[in-house]
Amino acid sequence: MFDPIVPNTDPNAQVHFTFDGESIYTAPNTSVAAALLAAGHTWFRQMPVSGRQRGPFCMMGTCFDCLVEIDGITVQACVTTVTEGLNVTRVPQMHLQEGKFK
Amino acid sequence: MTTMIIGGGVVGLSVAYGLLKQGQDVVVLDGADGDFRASRGNFGLVWVQGKGAGCVEYSLWSRRSAGLWASFAQELQDLTGFDLKLVQTGGFEYFTIAAELENQVAKLLALRNASNGDYTFEVLDNVALKKQIPEIGPKVLGATYCPEDGHVNPLFLLKALSSAVQKKGGVIHTGTKVIDVTSTDAGFMVVLENGKQLNGEKVVLSAGLGAIDLGPKLGFRAPIRPQQGQLMVTEKLPTFLYHPSGTLRQVNEGGIQIGASKAELGLHDVEDVLTIAGLARHAIDVFPHLAKAKMVRSWAALRIMSPDGLPIYQHSTTHPGATFITCHSGITLAAAHAELLPDWIMNNNAAPDLSVFNEGRFDV
Amino acid sequence: MTPPQKPDLIVIGAGPAGLAAASQAAGHGAKVMLLDEQSAPGGQIYRNILSASAQQDTILGSDYTAGRPLAADIDTKSIDCRPNATVWKVGTDGAVTFNQNGVAQQVYGSHILLATGALERPIPLPGWTLPGVMTAGAAQILLKTSGLVARDAVLAGSGPLLYLIAAQMIAAGRPPKAMIETQTSGQFYGAMSHIGGAFPCWKQLLKGLKLIAKIRKAGVARYKGASNIEILGIKRAEAISFTVKGRTHRIDTDTVLLHQGVVPNTQITRSLGLKHRWDEKQRCFHPITDAFGQSSSKNISIAGDGAGILGAKVAEYSGRIAASNALALLDIITSTTRDKETRALRRSRRKEAAIRPFLDALYAPPPEILRPKGKTIVCRCEEVTADDIRSYVALGCKGPNQTKAFGRSGMGPCQGRYCGATVTEILAEETGIHPEQIGSYRIRAPLKPVTLGELASLAAVSEKEITS
Repeated sequence: MFDPIVPNTDPNAQVHFTFDGESIYTAPNTSVAAALLAAGHTWFRQMPVSGRQRGPFCMMGTCFDCLVEIDGITVQACVTTVTEGLNVTRVPQMHLQEGKFK
Repeated sequence: MTTMIIGGGVVGLSVAYGLLKQGQDVVVLDGADGDFRASRGNFGLVWVQGKGAGCVEYSLWSRRSAGLWASFAQELQDLTGFDLKLVQTGGFEYFTIAAELENQVAKLLALRNASNGDYTFEVLDNVALKKQIPEIGPKVLGATYCPEDGHVNPLFLLKALSSAVQKKGGVIHTGTKVIDVTSTDAGFMVVLENGKQLNGEKVVLSAGLGAIDLGPKLGFRAPIRPQQGQLMVTEKLPTFLYHPSGTLRQVNEGGIQIGASKAELGLHDVEDVLTIAGLARHAIDVFPHLAKAKMVRSWAALRIMSPDGLPIYQHSTTHPGATFITCHSGITLAAAHAELLPDWIMNNNAAPDLSVFNEGRFDV
Repeated sequence: MTPPQKPDLIVIGAGPAGLAAASQAAGHGAKVMLLDEQSAPGGQIYRNILSASAQQDTILGSDYTAGRPLAADIDTKSIDCRPNATVWKVGTDGAVTFNQNGVAQQVYGSHILLATGALERPIPLPGWTLPGVMTAGAAQILLKTSGLVARDAVLAGSGPLLYLIAAQMIAAGRPPKAMIETQTSGQFYGAMSHIGGAFPCWKQLLKGLKLIAKIRKAGVARYKGASNIEILGIKRAEAISFTVKGRTHRIDTDTVLLHQGVVPNTQITRSLGLKHRWDEKQRCFHPITDAFGQSSSKNISIAGDGAGILGAKVAEYSGRIAASNALALLDIITSTTRDKETRALRRSRRKEAAIRPFLDALYAPPPEILRPKGKTIVCRCEEVTADDIRSYVALGCKGPNQTKAFGRSGMGPCQGRYCGATVTEILAEETGIHPEQIGSYRIRAPLKPVTLGELASLAAVSEKEITS
């Protein structure tokens, strides 16, 4: 669990965004990953095939375990800065329908 | 009687598996990890549509193989446990340029004529196509559809064949190249890069581009050249594409595979930005929603092309017991190579007539 | 479209090596473009250095604040800085393709200087993919960028960074719940044979001892010589278990921070087909460079940890040396000037690097992490296990690329960054072939995923150029 050394209580210095519909406030210039961790989220995505949950691992843009969806595009939460009104969602699960191939 | 197979790609392993099923002893000699390997870079189609225009025997050979594929895949799965993810529910070719669509229809009609009418295909306009695949974009004028087309996971095929050959008692030497092959009193001797020598009564040369150097040592002209193809694959997406096309297919893991370019660049297998950008634009023209999909990997691989683009099946006239096999459709033809080709290699009565694919056709 | 001005030097990466290189080259009047994926200069070591608060400075310490002048200096020079730029293809012809703010661009440089630094060594142990398990470096990045610190976290692994982070967590008022250290007393005595060579770096050694004293004073539980480390949990980390002297321990925690040192980030150098060498002590590949940082390709240089792990100070010296050499190659300065201005830098670098053999020996990663067994996941992206990799060897795989074809390891979005080294090690163990001969994945574009729309925009541009 991660929390700030100094809680950000100044309402004028906060940016608002949503994650799967949930309202989250964070300090300016915060990455989506840091903001979500601070908000208590531990898993960000599910593995496309196994469905297992994953959260941020490297925080430097190399591991791709913090993938989230913004405007229909999968992006790394750790290299994406929160902007006012940003709509972040979890990447939809695969629903591979192999049965329909037959 | 040991047959040494030079080349452990899909072609060599398919033949090895087939020979093993006929009770032959087989040793497969595979090269190094970094060699040019069409078996790792191909698109993964089991494809019939449009093949063999101008040579109906090739069309029939491809269709015969496609027809054998389902039982071939099942047999490999039963033996090795690997599901090859074969899907043969027909394939589309999409067209955004009217003249190209007309050409394709003319080609398919010619194939139907050459096949005495036994050649099924459909032509769909954008509206009809959209009913089948709602994601289709407005730039697509139409498509042709052939019910015999399909696709498979070609890497699973490679893995399953490696396993099947070993389970049937075949031996595979990996990681070292064959640098020489010569006739001996008892058959043939191959020399490996690591200095090892191996002997066998017969030899099959299925070394892809490696045959350019090794072919003449066995009396083959091996008039083949590399042709570069670039491909790419996207991140895994929810399933929307239930039929492959010559340029777009959704692989069993969910990624959209996009291919393939053609370029004559010699032994150059590095991908370049402009080529893959062109592939991306084609994909978006057909399925506009893919503009937001991420490309995860791209690669370049080398096709093994003969002057007329057709396979070469040739027994050596100067080195009896040596056979040369090459093609650029090793996936589509894998079933035929495993099920039908061994009889031809061993000159059995049941051998298919492959004389049209003789190397002599390139003599001028 | 106006043709972009061709830079003399394109520097990729704005960490200590890249910043120093860009500054050095710009100081000679060269046209320099500096590309970096982050929004501000500093790299990972000096992440957020220009915006960190006084409190963050205090917690992170002097090794962190030492980077501020270097990052600030960039603004004073005439450098085409491109923050938020993700490079996804570099060509031997000097073409660099990158995305910046959702737009794909291509630019050609006369010389390319790669300063892409390091990433944490893969730490494949059971449970390392569970949410709540991170690299120790990741936790430090959260502290640097957002002032976030882990509560009741357990640190596990080995290496100087582990102690630094523990000390920083203590300074932030959130000491780790425990430290589980893999180095053995055997390693300690082995490393002592290098202590003489490390003597020029006595200040660094002293710093390390002070950190350990601070951790001891804070009363953090330390377990040394730990093995069989396993992170337990169903949907996320719940506990960590390990063995010390035959006794199994279990500590409850929802945050595990792993570290086993860092390895060069070789994605670009591999994609360029440059020559690499296996480093037996650091157990990783690094690109081969000469004393000036020039790679096996004449228009490409490499500086900093990306050329071999030697730390931030050495990276800074190497960046200046490589930039100076590049300008000499481009005839912007003479080789005499290059030799003159790099002489002292090369001496400083040698002195600073003297501690490495000692550190490499002391904190060598344990075999169970280098060559994992059983169902431990090796490739995080495609969830390929150690057993899977070993089974492909049984089928005849002797190289990483055939292994990749058989089982998808390295095919995911991270492009093998977190499994490449492990696959090489496992293949070496199973086949008895040296890692140098085993080799590594062939890396291709894109180095980072890019949307088809962004990619297609490059085709449109080129076609316009052709038709006009």
